[in-house]
Amino acid sequence: MGSYRAELLRLFKWPATWVLIGVWLVMTLTFGYVFNYVAFKSGDEAENGRSGAQLLAQMMPEMSAEAVLRGLPMFGGAIVIVLAALAVGSGYGWGTWKTTLTAGPRRLSAMGGTLAALASIVLLLVAATFVADFGASVLVATLEDQSWSFPSIGHLAEGLGASVLIAGMWAAMGVVLGVLTRGPALAVGLGLLWAVVVENLLRGVGALLGPVEDLTKVLPGGAAGNLAGAFGATGAPGVLTELSGTTASLLVAGYLSVFAVIACWTTMRRDLV
Amino acid sequence: MIVTTEKLTKRYGSRAVVDAVDLNVREGEVYGFLGPNGAGKTTTLRMLLGLIRPSGGSATVLGHPPGSPKGLHQVGSLIEGPGFYPYLSGRDNLRVHARRRGARDVEVEAVLQQVDLTGAAAAKFRSYSLGMKQRLGVAAALLGQPKLLILDEPTNGLDPAGMADMRDLVRALAEQGQTVLLSSHLLGEVEEICDRVGVITNGRLVAESTVAELRGDTVLLVRADPIEKAALVVDDSVVVDGALHVQAAEEYAPVIVRKLVEADVEVREVRPLRRTLEEVFFEMTAKNDLGAVS
Repeated sequence: MGSYRAELLRLFKWPATWVLIGVWLVMTLTFGYVFNYVAFKSGDEAENGRSGAQLLAQMMPEMSAEAVLRGLPMFGGAIVIVLAALAVGSGYGWGTWKTTLTAGPRRLSAMGGTLAALASIVLLLVAATFVADFGASVLVATLEDQSWSFPSIGHLAEGLGASVLIAGMWAAMGVVLGVLTRGPALAVGLGLLWAVVVENLLRGVGALLGPVEDLTKVLPGGAAGNLAGAFGATGAPGVLTELSGTTASLLVAGYLSVFAVIACWTTMRRDLV
Repeated sequence: MIVTTEKLTKRYGSRAVVDAVDLNVREGEVYGFLGPNGAGKTTTLRMLLGLIRPSGGSATVLGHPPGSPKGLHQVGSLIEGPGFYPYLSGRDNLRVHARRRGARDVEVEAVLQQVDLTGAAAAKFRSYSLGMKQRLGVAAALLGQPKLLILDEPTNGLDPAGMADMRDLVRALAEQGQTVLLSSHLLGEVEEICDRVGVITNGRLVAESTVAELRGDTVLLVRADPIEKAALVVDDSVVVDGALHVQAAEEYAPVIVRKLVEADVEVREVRPLRRTLEEVFFEMTAKNDLGAVS
């Protein structure tokens, strides 16, 4: 508990936490609402193959959970990887891991505290995204004089759960990269490369090679994309509709668990030189 | 014993960085772990704190294996410079550390005062001078009222005034009965503040004793005229550079002076001639280097 409280204190006071959350909120609002609203108002009904009515429907409050999920498999994931990789990797350069591990907690507790604190930040990020997207959708509905209703609690809970699962998986990947590379730069670089480049390239190759296509569905980004797709959050880069929601959820949860176990095991076993 | 090691060894490949070190730190003493850069001091201390695993041998710290939470909660340490979050203030860094150690926030103010950093506690760690960073490191080490302080080269990189401040701080802690294990490559520092010394070179502990013992038997230097006659009068003496070196403790000086005066020898100077720790150290490290070569 002490490790969790310590990590939470330092993450809350870390400007990078708020800068990255802020960047993500600006991105989700810009790509989820501003551009779509501009396209809707300009009357360009061919935007992404969606009609003006479809565009407007996507921006209504009932669809705010889908709006949150739409951005998380790729760009939101990239932001969360950066946050987690910086949070963990920087500690090796600053020497704070050495200070942490000599303070008294078991190594497992120390890493557990870090993971739990990052999970809290992820929860905060997802909640803030829900609030921001909901606010933007209410604004759009008001501007367009549309009648709207609150999304159902069940639907919202499912959306929140799926979002936390996806963001949590990317955060855990960032943690693993930070631990394995023992620094922020390589961890961030590798994380971004994976989330934004490698999986997209593999999907491109998958169009030519069947086995590669099958593989891309079950990779972290693919699984996250399928989870978002199963929720109905379609129409964004990285979102797929090839697996069931249950399968995708299990895959994402599996990746999250494997990443967390690798991070803890490595921290417990490795010398800190 | 607060710290004991038996044949503690760390190898990287075939190279032994720490080679069968037997170390003993007693309660209430300031133990100087002395050795040149690269001798294996920091690696030994890291093993005692559980940061790295030994390749062989064993160690206990306050009766617990290195790195065990029970032991670590009673040890405060500063290893290879302070490791803090640069974006946090000194006070917030200590608050984070206090939470990990299970210490109360009120202790933070106490240790800040102890290291004279209260005035700068609100400033960001990144804006601190090296001396302030080191003092914050010591403050963090003091949180939780540890029974043992392990300080790795605490004066490293400090200016003379900062070094003096740090030594005063360690001395003050020692006066309060704090057990301190302090590594250094500065002989004067160890001589000045340590009760006992372990000398390590090439990964091997070549000596462990009090500073006085390390210097060896006391030699009295006697300047007298005629020197040849003086040498005949005084036992266990040799003439070196026109003076008499007498193998005797300082309290025998009056006896020697009386003997010489009674023998009608004119005594001009009598003083203890001690080897400095520096001389002893270089003698030991040279011997060890020769041993390693042969």
